[in-house]
Amino acid sequence: MAQVSLRKIVKAYEGGVQAVKGIDLEIDDHEFVVLVGPSGCGKSTTLRMIAGLEEITGGEIAIGGTVVNDIPPRDRDIAMVFQNYALYPHMSVYENMAFGLTLRKFPKAEIDQRVKKAAAILDITPLLDRKPKALSGGQRQRVAMGRAIVRDPKVFLFDEPLSNLDAKLRVQMRTEIKKVHQTVKTTTIYVTHDQVEAMTLADRVVVMNHGVIEQVGPPQELYHSPATKFVAGFIGSPAMNFIPARLEEASGALRLRLAQDIVLNVPESRTARYRAHAGRDVLFGIRPEHLTDDKPTDKANPAPLTLTPEVIEPMGMETLAHFRLDGAEISARLDPATPAVVGVPLRLIAHMDQMHLIDPVTDKVL
Amino acid sequence: MSATTANRTLPGIYHRAGSLRAERRWALWTSYASLILAAIIFLAPPFYMLVTSLKTSGEIAGMAGNPWIVREPTLENYLAIIDNPLFRTFMLNSLIITACVVAITMVISILAAFALARMRFWGSQVLATGVFLTYLVPDTLLFIPLYQIVGGLGLLNSIWGLVLVYPTLTVPFCTWIMIGYFASIPRELDEAALIDGATWPQMLLKIFIPVALPGIIAATIFAFTVSWAAFVYPTAFVTTPDEMPLTIGVVSQLVRADTFAWGQIMAGALMAALPPVIIYAFLMDYYIAGLTAGATKG
Repeated sequence: MAQVSLRKIVKAYEGGVQAVKGIDLEIDDHEFVVLVGPSGCGKSTTLRMIAGLEEITGGEIAIGGTVVNDIPPRDRDIAMVFQNYALYPHMSVYENMAFGLTLRKFPKAEIDQRVKKAAAILDITPLLDRKPKALSGGQRQRVAMGRAIVRDPKVFLFDEPLSNLDAKLRVQMRTEIKKVHQTVKTTTIYVTHDQVEAMTLADRVVVMNHGVIEQVGPPQELYHSPATKFVAGFIGSPAMNFIPARLEEASGALRLRLAQDIVLNVPESRTARYRAHAGRDVLFGIRPEHLTDDKPTDKANPAPLTLTPEVIEPMGMETLAHFRLDGAEISARLDPATPAVVGVPLRLIAHMDQMHLIDPVTDKVL
Repeated sequence: MSATTANRTLPGIYHRAGSLRAERRWALWTSYASLILAAIIFLAPPFYMLVTSLKTSGEIAGMAGNPWIVREPTLENYLAIIDNPLFRTFMLNSLIITACVVAITMVISILAAFALARMRFWGSQVLATGVFLTYLVPDTLLFIPLYQIVGGLGLLNSIWGLVLVYPTLTVPFCTWIMIGYFASIPRELDEAALIDGATWPQMLLKIFIPVALPGIIAATIFAFTVSWAAFVYPTAFVTTPDEMPLTIGVVSQLVRADTFAWGQIMAGALMAALPPVIIYAFLMDYYIAGLTAGATKG
C-alpha cells in the first residue's frame, strides 16, 4: 500500500491538444479518491498515466515514493479494473484471477489460497470454474475486482467500472466496492463521470474539467462549499440553480434582486463575506433541495418567492417542479403532498443559509 | 363470422404481411434454384472424376453407352495408384511442403499481424495496407523473378525451393486475416495483461493466440489449401519426378508415352483432393468465423 503523488502532470497529444494540463495531487495511503468530471475532462487519461498505459508528457508520478514515469505497468505494483471488465475469455474465473500471480511465478499453493480468499470476499466462490461468457455483468465485474484483489497491489485503479451495469446493479456494486475497500484498505483511485458514485464512495473527490483540477475535497465539502460554478453545478442532482441577480445594499443589509419584483434578503451571517461585491451583477446559486415549499425554520433564513411551475415531476418521495425566471431555468424540490399545478403560481421558500454567490466573470464562488 | 369481421378491420400492415410471406417464398425458391444450379456446375467435374476412376481402362476407352454411368465398377485404379511408388512420393512431398509452408506462414503471419495490429509504430498502417496489396499481385507475374531467386539459391528441382516460394502466396493473406482478428480483440485485454505483468511475447502466447484461435484456424486452412493446390510454381520450378508434389505429379507422370491412364489419373486426383475436403468438413465453421471476424463491431 502506498501514497500516490502527481506533480505537474501534463498529457499532450500530437497536434498540441492537451488532455491534462499540469495537475498536482497527493493521495494518501489507504485513501479512496474519486476523479470525477464530464467526458473529455482528462480523468481517464490521468488514471491511465498512473497505470503506465499512457506516456506522461510532463511532470512526475510517484507511487510509494518511487517515481514511476519510466517504469512499465507490470512493475508499478498496481491493479486495474476496466469499464468492460477485460476478462480473458478463454480462461475460467479461477485462471483469470490467478493469471497475474502465475506470471509472477507465485507458488501454486499461495495462488490457490489468495484466489479463494478473494473469491470469498466477493462471494464468487461457486463461479470459479466458469468461463466469463457464462457470467452476468455484475458477476464479471466482481471477477475483475477479484483479479485486482489477489494481486494485493499498492494501488487499485478503477476506470468507470460500473458504467456498463444497469441502474439497480450499479447501486449494489457500489456498495460492494465500498465494502471491499473497507476490508482490504488498499489505496484506491476511481474514475467516474457519475457524481453520485463519486459522492458515495470517496474519502476525497477530485473534480476535473478541461484537463485541470477544479476542486479537491471530501464529498460534503464539495457539496456545501464548491469553489467554482462548475463544481457547484456538477456536484448534486438535480444540478444547482444559477439565477442572474444583482447584489444590493440597503441600510447595512444586503439583498439579491432576481427580478423587478423578486428580492431576497441575504442572511446576516453572509453579509461581511459579500459586502465587497455589493452593487455588482452576480449569479445566485441555490440547490433545488434548498428551494422548497417546506415550513421555514429559523436556521434556514427563509426568503419567500412566488414562481409559476412549467413542468411537475412526481418522484414518489418528493416532487420536482421546474420554473423559468427571466430565461433562467429553476428547479425546486417539493413535498409530494403539495398540490402543485402547472401554470398556477406557487409560493416557494429559498433557504438562504445554503445560498451561493458566483462571480459571473471568473466563475469563482464568492 | 367474428373472425371474418376482425380480418376486415385489421390495419393495413397485416394485409401487407401476406405479400411479405409470398415475397419470402419467391426469394427462397430463387435461392434454391441458384444453389442447385451452382452445386451441379461445381460438383459435375468431381463426380465425373469419381465415375471415371471406378471404370476399367476398357470401359473408359469404349465410346458406347452413357459416360456418366459405371457398368462394371472396380477399385483397380485406386489399388494401382496406391501401389505406385511415384504416387506415394508425390503424396509425401505434398505433405512435407504443406506442413512446412503452413508452419512458416503461421509463424510469420501471427508475429506480423500482432505487431501491425497492436504495437503502434511509425508506418504500421501503411505496412498493413502494403501487406494486402502484395496479395493482389498474381503468382503468374512473380514466378519469373522468383525463378531467378530460387535458381540463384540452387533450390530448383527441390521441394525446399517450393517451401521457400509458397509463403509469398500465403503470408500476405494470412497476415491480413490475422490483423483483422487481432484488431477485433478489445484493447483493454492487452492493457489488463500488461498490468497483470505480461511481457509482449507472453501477451501474444497466453492471450492473443488462444483468443484468436478461430482466426488462426481459418488462416491455417487457407495456407494449407493454397500450398496443397499450388500448380504454377511447381510446374515452373520442379521437373524431377522425385521432387514433385501431387498437383503436377499426377498429371505429368501417370502418362506413359502417349497413353493416358485416365482411371489412375482420376483416382490420384480424387485422393489428392481428399485432405482439403476433410479439413474443410471439420473446420468449416471456424473458417467462416475467421473470415468474417472484425467485419462488424462485436
